[in-house]
Amino acid sequence: MGQAESLLAGGLAEIREGLDRGDATSSEIVEASLARIEKTAALTVVVSTRAESARAEAEAASKRIAAGKALSPLDGIPVLLKDNIVHAGEPATCSSRILENFVSPYDSTVVERLQAAGAILVGRANMDEFAMGSSTENSIHGPAHNPWELDHTCGGSSGGSAGAVAAGLVPIALGSDTGGSIRQPASFCGVVGLKPTYGRVSRWGLVAFASSLDQIGPLGRRVSDCAAALQVIGGHDPRDSTSVPELLPSLGNALTGDVEGLTIGLPEEYFVEEGVDPAVLARVRDAIAELEAAGAKTVPVSLPNSPHTIATYYVIATAEASSNLARFDGVRYGRRADKVEDLEDLYMRSRSEGFGAEVKRRILLGTYVLSAGYYDAYYGQAQRVRTLIRRDFEHAFEMCDVIATPTMPETAFALGAKADDPLSMYLSDIYTVSANLAGLPALSMPCGLADGMPVGLQLIGKSLDEATILRVGDAFERRTDHHAARPPEIA
Amino acid sequence: MSGISPKDVAHAARLARLALSDEEQAAMAKDLEGILGHVESLNAVDTEGVPPTLHGFELSTPLRPDTPVEPMDPALAVLNAPASQGTAFLVPKVLEEEE
Repeated sequence: MGQAESLLAGGLAEIREGLDRGDATSSEIVEASLARIEKTAALTVVVSTRAESARAEAEAASKRIAAGKALSPLDGIPVLLKDNIVHAGEPATCSSRILENFVSPYDSTVVERLQAAGAILVGRANMDEFAMGSSTENSIHGPAHNPWELDHTCGGSSGGSAGAVAAGLVPIALGSDTGGSIRQPASFCGVVGLKPTYGRVSRWGLVAFASSLDQIGPLGRRVSDCAAALQVIGGHDPRDSTSVPELLPSLGNALTGDVEGLTIGLPEEYFVEEGVDPAVLARVRDAIAELEAAGAKTVPVSLPNSPHTIATYYVIATAEASSNLARFDGVRYGRRADKVEDLEDLYMRSRSEGFGAEVKRRILLGTYVLSAGYYDAYYGQAQRVRTLIRRDFEHAFEMCDVIATPTMPETAFALGAKADDPLSMYLSDIYTVSANLAGLPALSMPCGLADGMPVGLQLIGKSLDEATILRVGDAFERRTDHHAARPPEIA
Repeated sequence: MSGISPKDVAHAARLARLALSDEEQAAMAKDLEGILGHVESLNAVDTEGVPPTLHGFELSTPLRPDTPVEPMDPALAVLNAPASQGTAFLVPKVLEEEE
């Protein structure tokens, strides 16, 4: 293995040190990343690359770094985007037939910020169609394969982003999280995934799924990698009217390695044996014991409305999706059906031919819960229960600084295992959706293996307090070596 | 609220401008019935006097200075159009010609 390859196999910190020391150039790292993407094409985690532009940008970055003028910790670093985050001149298929030939005419805010920081956008990552799914199987590009076990899913919907980081193709990838779509695949692939507070990262240029829940966030090898990426992409953006005006603090300073005196809340509803793989629960309990050994206190907390989170989420998310996806009508962009009779036929057939089954299912559910006679009983009630779920967290956070839970009740499942059972797929989001409903920051990080597959520990923070969950996660990493576990080398 | 019939699915599909085959309609009715069965549990929650949560983060309507900015070049805006003419999107005729 060459110098660039071995640096790439590490993480952001290793690559950064190597670049700054002059052990390798950004061009060599980007070349190694592109080569590895090509070598692992069978994983189907990357759906397009922009090799030529990336090489040109890496050359400029290499010169900056050699001159000691690096723009940021991400300068010269290869990064992947989930395929629903737009980048001018690049495709954004959202894994949908309806957008298979779409080329974005503009940049998302996160792309502008990454490029201003010198990051090299090497390509785009596979996902479930319009971010609807938990397995990255609902994709025109084909299912993504988990690097740990090729016939298992990467999780979803940011499965390509998680799989790419796990397989060492890039140190950082961006995903989006509406009900767990960053944290769940991070858990399944053994990497760190951070969903920031709602509004912390601009949604300008993120193809909308459920606008009151969607949030962009980073996936990386380590907690500090995600902190560095959030530092670049986060912060107020006037183009997103839901963007929070509060300043993003310096996250690097938060990573003190010290959890002495911090209180970790353990929701009693989440630490029951029922419905969770015992080996998963055991790894999560070990992780909490490790944090206690590091000086953190734990307290039981209660989230009494937990049994209602999935139902609340699937009403609100599908209602918003049915409205957001109305824009795909075959008129202004996207696929148009052939030989249409009239405008009505154009809408009907373009949409019916362009959307996959899961997207249609959710549009129908969302349309139904918003339709006359059902609106208040379903959508209105779900919005009121959402308030109760949010209040549960407010009460719990009166007693603790962070909340720890498993990210998922299980490890990665086999490809196809849940394809015919949408409800069972939805129910496995039990631990992740509440952070979206309450708008809170949450991360998933590796905390060991169960039967050879990665287990994720979820840390949920107070509103706008990404710093504390990153601090706890980083302290855990400094005391353990779970983040160093790697999938078998892909032949 | 009770089960969802294929007729309800057909109505929602019509509203959403989705054309479903009979087979798709039956399969969707079965899936949606299962999901709505789970959602029914929300009815049992006492939400008397509870205000709805509409947003992921409570913000008052943000204001910004009323400064003109360059709009997207119309030529770029129609770049992805399946059919266009100049800077206009082309669609099938909506109004019939007068007899």
